[in-house]
Amino acid sequence: MRYIGKKFLTLIIALLLISIVVFLAFSILPADASIAKLGQNATPERIAALRAEMGLDRPVLVQYWSWLTGAVRGDFGTSYQYTGTGVASLVGGRLGTSAVLSLISLVMVVVISIPVGIFGAKRRSVAGRAAMTTLVHITMGVPSFFLGILITYLFSLVLKWFTIGKYVSPAEDLSASISYLVFPAIAISLPKIAMTVKFLVSSIRAELHKDYVRTAYAKGCSRNGVFYGHVLKNSLVPVITFLGIIIAEIVAGSIVVEKVFSVPGIGLLLVTAISNRDYPVVEAVVLLIAVVVIVINFLVDVIYQIIDPRVKL
Amino acid sequence: MKKNRNYSLIIGLVITGIMLALALTALFWTPYSTTGMSLTLKFAPPSWAHPFGCDNYGRDILSRVMQGIGTTFLVSASTVIFGMIVGSVIGFFAGYFGGWFDEVIMRINDVLNAFPSILLALVFVSFLGSGLMNIILALGILFIPSFARIARSEMLRLKGLQFVQSARLSKAGTCRIIFAHIMPNAYIGILASAAVGFNNAVIAEAGLSFLGLGVQPPNASLGRMIDEAGSFLMQAPWYAIFPGVTIIILVLGVALISDGVNRMD
Repeated sequence: MRYIGKKFLTLIIALLLISIVVFLAFSILPADASIAKLGQNATPERIAALRAEMGLDRPVLVQYWSWLTGAVRGDFGTSYQYTGTGVASLVGGRLGTSAVLSLISLVMVVVISIPVGIFGAKRRSVAGRAAMTTLVHITMGVPSFFLGILITYLFSLVLKWFTIGKYVSPAEDLSASISYLVFPAIAISLPKIAMTVKFLVSSIRAELHKDYVRTAYAKGCSRNGVFYGHVLKNSLVPVITFLGIIIAEIVAGSIVVEKVFSVPGIGLLLVTAISNRDYPVVEAVVLLIAVVVIVINFLVDVIYQIIDPRVKL
Repeated sequence: MKKNRNYSLIIGLVITGIMLALALTALFWTPYSTTGMSLTLKFAPPSWAHPFGCDNYGRDILSRVMQGIGTTFLVSASTVIFGMIVGSVIGFFAGYFGGWFDEVIMRINDVLNAFPSILLALVFVSFLGSGLMNIILALGILFIPSFARIARSEMLRLKGLQFVQSARLSKAGTCRIIFAHIMPNAYIGILASAAVGFNNAVIAEAGLSFLGLGVQPPNASLGRMIDEAGSFLMQAPWYAIFPGVTIIILVLGVALISDGVNRMD
């Protein structure tokens, strides 16, 4: 419990730090939001009036506090680009899509990489290992957006399994939505699968040389008994931490891949917002992703400690 | 030993060598002009005259890919060198002095490391704006934490050894100990991770350019070529495939080198 308490404290500190950085970066640093709204030719009086109205003339700490309390309640102000639209409704409408996409990708990574990793670790021949390493290296080196283009070409234009751009939101029709999102999910998850397989194979190989394996053989356990009963369990423990990194990578991968498949998720929103210098939207999305990443890392640490109680601070 | 040749290293060096040669050639000569447009050659499929085919403006794709490799090398090498120098110096000092300074630096490192690099790159680009120099700066900053971590652990490994203690006894200054005694022993470990960093930089640069936030025209970029090609997949699939495969081969070459170097010791 002390471990979890300590981790929870670091979680809170990390969240506060991130909120301060994001606030300073997007609310204080950019050339004044009032100028962005009124244009370069605005008179000083109008700017002063708008600054007072937007609360930009208050001390930074006061601004931070009101921003933070707003953010916690889900209020991020209004978008510059779509005037009058609240940032929260812009982000909220797209959150489901990105969440479903990330979830499908994560399921693919877990379901595919564990059996493939086991298969790979059991290969003993030099040729088998070399083939495996080459395949893993090539897959890891494929940029996910290029993979997305290849998938679009093959499955949409040649095989016509789905129509690019005909996306259905999960709220409308969940199964139709999933059958579209499977394709971007493949593009996101394939390089991550390769990374996980590589990690799992080296984890299993390291485990195979430990003393308890020899002991198990000496007791008369069968090869499969040793492998599935002892080695695999222990090799999967570090993979949990690795999956934490993979989840963050999946969230990031979806930023790029959403553009390829024109999936209207928060990644696409972020990219358009950056091109249009729509800082309130960028701020909200970046903060959201940052919070997700930090919370997932916290959960991974906690799960790790429950599974392997040897971990102490 | 003779029989067990380091094929990874050899193949990797050959691939990277060819890529580098292509990029250097493109500085002086490309088969066709990289900007010359032609209506008759619009979407011309690969042929002997144009091995990679032509794009939507009738420009020769091979020439543009060659130039794109150059841009990729320039961006990736500059970012890795920037991140390596700044990161190593920070890591060396953090490891040498330890204490609260070390603690603060490493906690910041942990937080930065947890974030996917493309997200941080996007955040930097949203302030700095796109363009060659800004991309190098944004990606370079991203690489500081990983190099700082490696430099720090090398420092921790080395600073207790006798030659450092005798240097300290002979009244060598801190900077002298770090740069003249420890750095020559630590650079191998740091260089090995430069290869991994290089590949991350290649993919990050391509991703940013694909999103339209990377290197801007007239600089050719493999990522942006794939982005433009995305709209013409039906008419000219080769327009997307050749730049994409080039990125894969580039990354594979460097990955094999780093694999081979790791296998040497």
